[in-house]
Amino acid sequence: MHIDLFGSMPLVVIWLALGAVGIVIQAFTKGESRLVYGYYLGTLVLTAVLAALTYSHAGSTFGGMITLGGSAAVFDVLFCAAGVMTMLAARDYLERHDANLDEFYTMLVSAVAGMMLMAHARNLVVLFVGVELMSISFYVMAGFLRTSIRSVEAALKYFLLGAFASGFLAYGMALLYGATGSLDYAQIMTTVQQGSALYPTILAVGGVLLAVGLSFKIAAFPFHQWAPDVYEGAPTVVTAFMSTAGKAAAFSAFLAIFAALMPFTEGGDHRPMQMALAVISAVTMLIGNITAVAQSNVKRMLAYSSVAHAGYLLMGIVANNQAGHSAIIFYATVYTFMQLGSFVIVGLLERKNDGFLQLEDYAGLSKRHPILAGVLALFMFSLAGIPPFAGFWGKYFLFYAAIDGGFTWLTIVAVASSVISVWFYLGLVAKMYFAEPSGEGHVAPSGLAGVTLAVCTAAVVLLGIFPGILNRLVGIW
Amino acid sequence: MGVAALLTTLFAPLAGAAAIALIQRDQKRAIWTTALIVTVFTFIASLFLLPGFDMTTAEMQYRLDVQWIAAIDAGFRIGIDGTSLLMVLLTTLIMPVALLSSVHSIKKMEKEYYALMLLLQFGMTGVFLALDTFLFYVFWELILIPMYFIIGIWGGKDRVYAAIKFFLYTLVGSLLMLVAILWLSFAAQQHLDVFTTDLLKLRLAGPLLAPDLQMWLFLAFALSFFIKVPLFPFHTWLPDAHVQAPTAGSVILAGVLLKLGTYGLIRYNLDLFPQTSAELSGIISALAVFGIIYGALVAMVQTDIKKLVAYSSVSHMGFVVLGIFSLTVTGVQGAVIQMVNHGISTGALFLCVGVLYERRHTREIADYGGITNVMPRFAVLFTISMLASVGLPGLNGFVGEFLTLMGAFVSPFLRNPWYAVIGASGVIFAAVYLLWMFQRVMFGTNDNPENHHLRDLSRIEYWQLVPLVILMIWIGVAPRTFMDYSEKAIQQVVGHVEHFKLGGAAAHVVPTEPGK
Repeated sequence: MHIDLFGSMPLVVIWLALGAVGIVIQAFTKGESRLVYGYYLGTLVLTAVLAALTYSHAGSTFGGMITLGGSAAVFDVLFCAAGVMTMLAARDYLERHDANLDEFYTMLVSAVAGMMLMAHARNLVVLFVGVELMSISFYVMAGFLRTSIRSVEAALKYFLLGAFASGFLAYGMALLYGATGSLDYAQIMTTVQQGSALYPTILAVGGVLLAVGLSFKIAAFPFHQWAPDVYEGAPTVVTAFMSTAGKAAAFSAFLAIFAALMPFTEGGDHRPMQMALAVISAVTMLIGNITAVAQSNVKRMLAYSSVAHAGYLLMGIVANNQAGHSAIIFYATVYTFMQLGSFVIVGLLERKNDGFLQLEDYAGLSKRHPILAGVLALFMFSLAGIPPFAGFWGKYFLFYAAIDGGFTWLTIVAVASSVISVWFYLGLVAKMYFAEPSGEGHVAPSGLAGVTLAVCTAAVVLLGIFPGILNRLVGIW
Repeated sequence: MGVAALLTTLFAPLAGAAAIALIQRDQKRAIWTTALIVTVFTFIASLFLLPGFDMTTAEMQYRLDVQWIAAIDAGFRIGIDGTSLLMVLLTTLIMPVALLSSVHSIKKMEKEYYALMLLLQFGMTGVFLALDTFLFYVFWELILIPMYFIIGIWGGKDRVYAAIKFFLYTLVGSLLMLVAILWLSFAAQQHLDVFTTDLLKLRLAGPLLAPDLQMWLFLAFALSFFIKVPLFPFHTWLPDAHVQAPTAGSVILAGVLLKLGTYGLIRYNLDLFPQTSAELSGIISALAVFGIIYGALVAMVQTDIKKLVAYSSVSHMGFVVLGIFSLTVTGVQGAVIQMVNHGISTGALFLCVGVLYERRHTREIADYGGITNVMPRFAVLFTISMLASVGLPGLNGFVGEFLTLMGAFVSPFLRNPWYAVIGASGVIFAAVYLLWMFQRVMFGTNDNPENHHLRDLSRIEYWQLVPLVILMIWIGVAPRTFMDYSEKAIQQVVGHVEHFKLGGAAAHVVPTEPGK
């Protein structure tokens, strides 16, 4: 078996760093140490750099089970960047909540490793390993504030529902294997293209179950119910990480597997499946945005909005063309920066024991802390899709793909739900800028989180003005 | 030099906004002075567009085409023709005036205020210059953010409601326009062989699209523009926004922002979808005429001066839309000059209301009376502005209204003189509500003790109004100075419509690169 060593470097490095070295180092340190923190930070940065280097080194290894370079490399960089940004914000946050332990960073890096495996997977079993590694790390991270009831509740809820979703996923994989006789994406794709599946019905059912399992992970309707509770209860930095990188990872898997199940290069009528996904996409964005309007807790509001964004992202799958798949990578990237940045700010304002999370608490923030308010406003405008911020281009490319794929009606629904979303995104901006401050203000010193915010802001503005930078990386078009 | 002047006009405000961001928060005087210098400088730069401007051609001039996003062939494409030239000059003129009016009325967060104002100018200028549907859209939306904050932070009592209403109304229209922009490029791909957002290329393909598709695209573009204009029945955001906005915000709203809508109608709807424009001209003109009468009647019963002026905008902008959809050279020319007029005279009226409000902190007509006796200099300028808005011959308003009505009267598309006849009654109503308001505020006895010792205009206030009044008289007496610039461009737009609609359906256009 030929192993492409250079191309596999990012994966190899993160696994070795994590498994062989990280855990050993940790055995000799106690509680929290700068060494472990710095070590994991360095690991993620190194992995990101290696991934960037392998971008143009496309190929596959381990008998085609793992793909290398190209869009997987882009995802690697995204996951590592999200990991680094979360780590920077997490240290002070956990310190404030008396939970700054080394294990947190181990879990974070193992989640990143799982995500990378998901993006690289070209075999259902490899995908399953990646999904589980990511999910289990998330369960632990969600419950990391052991003394907070909400955090523990979030972890348990997430674990139970997540296990359920994994069941769907595994069952779907089994059916696909039964129908096509292979676990390999390329083989499945060939079977689908030639229409030579042994049991076409089972193939379809397997595809649907797989979609259900992944819908759980991306929090799409009707499997989105866990998201608000978990996102609200989990430590804010974890929410920031799960709702961005986690979603992006699930989409990286979604993309690859649906490229096999609904090959758009040639052959087959995928209209029924596209239609079903289009309905899910439409309902997801509407439900997410409409429910978000009614929220008075900022964290919950952002959680529902993150459900809506899953709906937008699904448009790229529905479109079933190259433009759609590129648009998903673009949007996932942009979304990571704006959503992660927003949650980091929420985390900075938050106090121990779930304080300072109500919309009311944000009144007059612009007077107390003009910079944080300004940056949060910028993220809100970007999330709402107002140019010249990056979120606009994300939506634009998805709309482009959907119209090209013949789903103009879905685009109109997306437009309508964007308008609804403006209501609460701007509601927060209005609170910060137009209302008078009530009560005393408290803002944690931003510390390293400031770096995260600077990066997110720079990304949202720069990609807003020059979307071509990223376009070239993700797009064949 | 032309291109340099164009770029300076566009980017100087942005640079100014960045400069203000660097000034210390408590250096209020420095902030204000910088903003004012930047806008005056921009105005001077925009004057440099005039000498090199070729009035004998309808082509876009001073064109610049820089690739922006290769994937969708979006470019930083800018250029001007006569119509946009007038609009750009209007913008650069109104801005320093608006900033002058802010010096005493804006008393909190000055730094943000002036930076946002300059950002607003950047967006507005960009809309008028853009020759790329995408660039246009980005600038169009860019305006929303500063205006939202200007209304929401520095506005009146119900400012938050007004700000959100303004934002949502405008956004609904513009998002549909975004879908239409995309769809148009896809549809045009058949005729152009490329996916592009280059307006000058799309202009060739637009008329070739299937009629029902053209209709949908027309409606999506038009809705966005109608909301901005605002055309009845999409006008309900306007009174709220106008009344709640600070004086400078109202001046810019009335002076420039509303023109973005009518400008869009000319540049996009007429040019891209000539057949549909002709087909729908009757319905739209009917709405315009209805708006003229409706706005005037509602203005008549207002007890708040600012609200009265706001509703008068609905009425006056109705004339503009009527002129545009008369689809005659006279009518569209009238509409363009009426856009300039409305910017100047309604802007001036809002400044006058601001002057009164500064002194008495009320806008109720009933609280005033006999102001002429205590503020004679103010009375003169207010009178001229008011009469210009009424449409008195010799002042600017008359020229625009007369031409739009004449265009509607003879229009081969409307084929019905009643649009003009009914529309003309709007002029009479305007005289009624404006003169009546003026009489109650300025004449009569000054029996409210609080009004006995009002200061007359300060020097700053005086110099805000004087340039506007000079222009009112200038346009009123010699409108050709301005109309000559837009004539060729308008002739081409109208010729385009006539060619496709009256010249028979067999018209064929070979997509070629328009002349450089």
